Amino acid sequence: MQVSDGTDHAIDVRKAVKRYGDFTALKSITLSIRDNEFFTLLGPSGCGKTTLLRMIAGFEDVTEGEIFLFGDEIENLPPNKRPVNTVFQNYALFPHMNVLENVCFGLEMLGRGKAEARRRAGEILEMVQLSQFSERKPSQLSGGQQQRVALARALAPQPKVLLLDEPLSALDLKLRKAMQLELKHLQRETGITFIFVTHDQEEALTMSDRIAVMSAGEVQQLGEARDIYERPENRFVADFIGETNLIDVTVKAKDGSRVLCAFDNGLTLTCDAVPGIGVGQSGHMSIRPERMKLHQEMIEAENFRARVIENVYVGTDVQSILGLDGGMRLTVRTQNSDRGKARIFEPGSDVFVDVEFGSARLLAH
Amino acid sequence: MSRARFDVKSYPGFVQLTVLCLLILYLPLMVVAVYSFNASASIVNWEGFSLRWYADVFTGPESAKFKLAARNSFIIAITAATVATAIATLAATAMIRGGRFRLRVLSLGLISLPLMVPEIVTAVATLIFFNTIGFERGTLTILLAHIAFCIPFAYLPISARMQGIEDTYEQAALDLYATKRQAFTRVLLPLMMPGIVSGYLLAFIISLDDFIITNFVKGAGVETLPTAIFGAVKQGLKPNIMAISTMLVGFSIIMVTVSYFVGKKDN
Repeated sequence: MQVSDGTDHAIDVRKAVKRYGDFTALKSITLSIRDNEFFTLLGPSGCGKTTLLRMIAGFEDVTEGEIFLFGDEIENLPPNKRPVNTVFQNYALFPHMNVLENVCFGLEMLGRGKAEARRRAGEILEMVQLSQFSERKPSQLSGGQQQRVALARALAPQPKVLLLDEPLSALDLKLRKAMQLELKHLQRETGITFIFVTHDQEEALTMSDRIAVMSAGEVQQLGEARDIYERPENRFVADFIGETNLIDVTVKAKDGSRVLCAFDNGLTLTCDAVPGIGVGQSGHMSIRPERMKLHQEMIEAENFRARVIENVYVGTDVQSILGLDGGMRLTVRTQNSDRGKARIFEPGSDVFVDVEFGSARLLAH
Repeated sequence: MSRARFDVKSYPGFVQLTVLCLLILYLPLMVVAVYSFNASASIVNWEGFSLRWYADVFTGPESAKFKLAARNSFIIAITAATVATAIATLAATAMIRGGRFRLRVLSLGLISLPLMVPEIVTAVATLIFFNTIGFERGTLTILLAHIAFCIPFAYLPISARMQGIEDTYEQAALDLYATKRQAFTRVLLPLMMPGIVSGYLLAFIISLDDFIITNFVKGAGVETLPTAIFGAVKQGLKPNIMAISTMLVGFSIIMVTVSYFVGKKDN
């Protein structure tokens, strides 16, 4: 048995491959999840995030590669021999048992005495504020309460890692927001490593210490929320996380760590150079809508001219659709605040667009 | 939702047709039930209400024969239903939890085929089979035949129930450190129980009521209630037969009703 070098890693996935017949669901995934971390696997449906989670839980065989849990190789163990627990998407609470029996189940299967199981279950129900519901059947609880029972049941046996498979997707928006904070809080309080699967990028940004963005069976980028949002490494990540303007560009010149990029309509903008794109090569540029400001006058040399086509009021912001030369479109968000003095221009106005320094990202692919 | 537009009751002749169908189905049974309370020894002339034929069933000259036949019937029905339900439960588990395996469709067909084959064919085939292997006819041959044809009846409610149970429950049990056996006994089996009870009762009643197959495979001198009734009828129709029949119908109705409600019960 190979011994993992990173002993502070809760989970080490090494070159894990999952194939279903001819279809490859996961293409050689390698990633490490630290101890006591809130880690999120984020991606659109079909990207392989749930498959990876189920491989860690033991519900899916690993076609190739290894999975280590605190240095122990686990990919060949059955699910009941892995000290990890899962919160299922539909909760999967046992309908014939009451809340307390559900929470005790794991402890009893581990051979703890009935008294100890009840004591521990009582503690954990206290923690999720469900003590008064312990005699109820799951069907007598609301969606949010069922969700908390599922959490309590999975946390009761004190797993080394808790796996959460889109557990908030069945809740309405308000409850989901509240549960996001509660989950984060529970993770801190218990000190257990959480691996959370979601397709909701906002949820991922809100809760996670680190995020692995997945697509087409591969990890596209792994990093902290801020890294992923502000420094996307490729077109997919830039487009999937938040809103962005993606512009086809060609690199015209290089000056130290900066490059000059030209849009198809001839406009130019400088940004940080990235490996993989040299002078004369084409790529994409990502500019977040909130990282641009509109002015009546040109205030920086790189400001370019545009015309406001439409303003869309979205509550916290006003979203302006701009038309540029050559039929190019850009979206700019301006915060809806009197204090910032950011001006909203009427449709039809000619404006200058000021891209915040450092916020234009060149992407190789 | 507009009820009036799609209400089947608004079709012309609906009520009349329904009443006609129900009459054709149930009038003969009603006649038997009513005349079982006739004071007369005649089966056509009504001479007032009496329970004498019910008393006759239990104490009359033929009572010993009927009691023995009833005892055989219940022993066979309980045993056949128990064995058939156990087999059907395992079959349903394999069919629904076994994933996609080779010949799955064929297996499903083989399980439910006895429901489609005319019973007389099964009866003759079973008889020939027992003769060919030299198995002496008696209570045991009846029991074996009953187990065989009860399996599909027990299978249907069990598999229907099981199809509604998501496999995440078992996954959750495995995830919470249960062995496969514990996941089955602690989680899957309790969830399947309404289907199992329903299947058991259905198999029981099918076995209790069976005549054709029983008549073919029973040995000389071994009678079940349906064959005993048939034998008595051949010697002339007496009101005590109506009393037994009415009791059997009543018992069947109770069993099927219980089976229906247990099968429907959630959790």
